[in-house]
Amino acid sequence: MKRAIILFLAIVLSANLIYSADTLPDFPLVNYTLKINRNEKPSVKHSKFEILQQPFENAHELTKACLSCHTERDKEIMATSHWNWERSEQMKGKGVVPLGKKNILNNFCIGTMSNEKTCTRCHIGYGWEDKNFDFSDPLNIDCVVCHDQTATYLKEKGQAGYPKESVDLNYVAQNVGPPTRNNCGICHFWGGGGNNVKHGDLEISMENPGRSIDVHMDIEGENMSCVECHKTEKHNITGKLYALSSEDKNRTYCIDCHTEKPHKDRILNEHIVRIACQTCHIPVYAKQNATKMIWDWSTAGRLDDNGNPMHESDADGNHNYLSIKGNFVYDDHVIPEYMWFNGTANHYLMGDKIESVPLQMNTLYGKYNDRDSRKNGDAISKIWPVKVHRGRQIYDTVYKTLIQPKLWSPEKGQGAYWKDFDWDIASELGMEYVGLQYSGHYDFVETEMYWPLNHMVSPADQSLKCIDCHQREHSRLHALTDFYLPGRDFSPVAETAGVSLILASLIGVAFHAFCRIFLKSKCDN
Amino acid sequence: MKKVYLYKKFERFWHWSQTLLITVLIFTGFEIHGTTNIIGYESAVNLHNIAAWAFLVLIVFAIFWHVTTDEWRQYMPTLNNMKAQLDYYLIGIFNNAPHPVKKRTLSKLNPLQRVTYFALKVIIIPAMVISGLLYMYYNDAFIIFEIENLDWIAWVHTLGAYLLLTFLIVHIYLITTGHTLTSNLSAMVTGWETVDDDEVKELVEEAIEETGLKIKVVNDNPEEHQKLKNLVVKAMKETEDKVNDDKLKGQKEKKNKKNKK
Repeated sequence: MKRAIILFLAIVLSANLIYSADTLPDFPLVNYTLKINRNEKPSVKHSKFEILQQPFENAHELTKACLSCHTERDKEIMATSHWNWERSEQMKGKGVVPLGKKNILNNFCIGTMSNEKTCTRCHIGYGWEDKNFDFSDPLNIDCVVCHDQTATYLKEKGQAGYPKESVDLNYVAQNVGPPTRNNCGICHFWGGGGNNVKHGDLEISMENPGRSIDVHMDIEGENMSCVECHKTEKHNITGKLYALSSEDKNRTYCIDCHTEKPHKDRILNEHIVRIACQTCHIPVYAKQNATKMIWDWSTAGRLDDNGNPMHESDADGNHNYLSIKGNFVYDDHVIPEYMWFNGTANHYLMGDKIESVPLQMNTLYGKYNDRDSRKNGDAISKIWPVKVHRGRQIYDTVYKTLIQPKLWSPEKGQGAYWKDFDWDIASELGMEYVGLQYSGHYDFVETEMYWPLNHMVSPADQSLKCIDCHQREHSRLHALTDFYLPGRDFSPVAETAGVSLILASLIGVAFHAFCRIFLKSKCDN
Repeated sequence: MKKVYLYKKFERFWHWSQTLLITVLIFTGFEIHGTTNIIGYESAVNLHNIAAWAFLVLIVFAIFWHVTTDEWRQYMPTLNNMKAQLDYYLIGIFNNAPHPVKKRTLSKLNPLQRVTYFALKVIIIPAMVISGLLYMYYNDAFIIFEIENLDWIAWVHTLGAYLLLTFLIVHIYLITTGHTLTSNLSAMVTGWETVDDDEVKELVEEAIEETGLKIKVVNDNPEEHQKLKNLVVKAMKETEDKVNDDKLKGQKEKKNKKNKK
């Protein structure tokens, strides 16, 4: 008996060894030096430079001062999408396209064209008011919006990117350094006209986040800045918004630091083949402040009794109606939708015909059985967490194209919808500006925009558990039905056959036993 | 009441280890399948995989044992007595009829057991092992063999699990149909099975014929033991004439040669 138990344990133990043969260290980390092991004292104090002590007449002069030492940096900047608001991307079936604000629309504020003077508040330059902006003048570059360390540098509304008059340019110039979370966030948190409107996973709580909001940026933890993941060389910042890129290049990956086998468990590591890290590690987004989920432009234009634009808020204090923009639905602690995605995407380009409704502003390519696309060089499709933003926006009912309306102007009477509330004029002016036809007939069409999530990474102990997906009723992946998911799926045929077999054997055994007891006692008598 | 030694040490070890592992595999398997939610998905997966590997190691041992001891012949299906065995389970058992097939060292399985265990060993277990390994290494199978669907792998594995569970239910029931309710069970625990008095002579005769008295026959009671010994001696004498027969002699020599090997 003793020997038998020992032998059995030996077998189980050897099985365990086979099972965990490729077990890895608990937390592998490469290409990253923990803050505790770094010496980050700056080698330069900008406040000591005389050129930065001069009183700056305007922002252009400040740029001139920067460039007088940092020569050639202007050329780096001018090659970036932060400057051009477009980049060359290979699009399937469309070839290489300069993809950017000039030809892409979204289902938030729709587009920048004809509205530049207000939109370019978030441009890293000065003076982009219209098509005549000089992209080749280095003095139009705004250096400090990204390098200010004082958090006092703010751009003015509707002034094409020029700073507010209240900004002390000397103070800012003497306190510059590598971009902080504030520098990036001042634009990237506020996209779409309000905090967290667009991304859902990028918002002001991430300036000083706790551990559960973002484990990397946790102020009491590693406290990482944006550019520690978005590594930057010659002003070329790695990583680009998935929702606005069709080609799978210049990405920032979790595995850059965490390696391709980040878990101790072999089966968890196996998941990486088909599941993006983000899927388990970003279980919810908009963890603090709400993000916009639905935007219905068709109800815009309702004015109060005095003919003035108005706003209404929901119970949480988020706008649910604005005369200039229509109805919204906000939500926080949102559970993502999950989609197959191989890193490539299609985009609705200005002038494209609307072929199906809801119109997909950006179609994420990818499916479970993706052998064909892999043979064409695409990466393997993985399941991604996605914020889906649903909209209803204006389109031309005759030409079947989305409309770029003129939304903004400084004054009434210039045809901008936000001032004059006339869709017809706004559409005519906007479409004329982008060089497309407008029939004079418009309506509103449902659109969807897909935002693969990357930020607000939860600590490991708050990431998804097996059961969140591997279950019958409430699997997170219930919408992805093109593959067999253990725990969720079963074959009705095999199941019926199996259960019938079990029942039949139980009934048979019970019946047999009953007969044995009953007939035997009869025989014995 | 007499006892015969039916199940050797390894056989019993193999049987009970298998029992434990299959129970764990069925229990955790149905948790992974989504049927139950008792110990948690992650624990179920880990336990299932460890038990699966232990089962594979055990299978390697068992194959080695069966081949080297020639015991695999016990599982070759036969139609002899098949009808008698079926009749017994369907009719005879209710009338206290005797078991139609006697258990002996060289043939301890009845024809129904033979065909069932043969199917288990040749069809169901291999199907479970292959589908299980494909399941476990599905990502590699996806890339290397271009298997693009887990469906059928999972279906085979699930159906096999249902079949094993069915087997388990019927098997547990049928062990109560021995000489007494527990005689089959205690045989698998101790190795010794109780048999009827009148079976003994028959047994011994056949044992002498087949093996040249390789069977061990003992009894706790000294009186009984002596009686049995006499019985054996008598049986030996009775078969002496037969042994002298050329044909049987030749058979005996053949067997002896084989045993020497």
